[in-house]
Amino acid sequence: MSTPSPVEIAEPDVDEIVELEDPWVTIVWNDPVNLMSYVAYVFRNYFGYTEEKAHELMLAVHHEGKAVVSSGSREQMERHVQAMHEYGLWATLERQDA
Amino acid sequence: MKPFKKRRRGGITATFEAGEAHLLASLSGQVIELLRDRNGADESTADPLAAQLGMGGPSLPPEDPVLKRLLPDAYRDDEEGAGEFRRFTERSLTSVKVTNAEILIRSLVDGGLVFGAPDAEAEEPIEIELGDDEVQAWLRALTDVRLSLAVRLGIEQDEDIYLVAQSEDEAIAAMSEIYDWLGYVQETLIAALD
Repeated sequence: MSTPSPVEIAEPDVDEIVELEDPWVTIVWNDPVNLMSYVAYVFRNYFGYTEEKAHELMLAVHHEGKAVVSSGSREQMERHVQAMHEYGLWATLERQDA
Repeated sequence: MKPFKKRRRGGITATFEAGEAHLLASLSGQVIELLRDRNGADESTADPLAAQLGMGGPSLPPEDPVLKRLLPDAYRDDEEGAGEFRRFTERSLTSVKVTNAEILIRSLVDGGLVFGAPDAEAEEPIEIELGDDEVQAWLRALTDVRLSLAVRLGIEQDEDIYLVAQSEDEAIAAMSEIYDWLGYVQETLIAALD
């Protein structure tokens, strides 16, 4: 009969907590090619953001060189980055506060 | 060109001069060729099972600067992560981009574009009408063509756009005009969607 040791039980829990507290982010980077109207359009249509939020994010990318446009699990962020690349936007993902 | 506009029953229409339509088709064709070259070279060495499963694409970024921009790294400062992501996704990204460019060309052909016509000047204007899916393909395909031209023109910062427009090199100046025009085409398409 095997009794799981406390260490074995504790480990997955710790991982879960880390994952929840430390999500991943999708970052869109500024580039001189994509039109401001297009970038806002993509944020509105792909992420479903309001016109106002999409516009704000577009301006953040434009003026600050980059903006976090979404956060969540690594798998979700990978899907978003892939979609951004399909749109021709320059996007990467990373662990938040990496 | 007559800019894109929304029809009452939903379709999005625009009219291109034959010369403009040929230009759009030719630039899109070049993007397709470039993307296919990237795929082709790899397919000859790929693991057949992985290829069958749609996996196991290249893990290194393309050397060609245009392809590098069209198929960028998903991870910054993480070569291993970027390579792994690329291995599993680059092929599908490539094929989506090829399909978008093909849809763009097909809309022009549906609008009356004939390849190899002897005198483009004498041809009738090309009137296209796009449904929702075609609009999405056009937006992305126009972006890919603009990204490709920008890399070839060396546009890396906002100011570069003005520099190339004033270039004394006629070929650069001409390409820069095309680049601007493509921006106009895309801008009118986005405006028509609102």
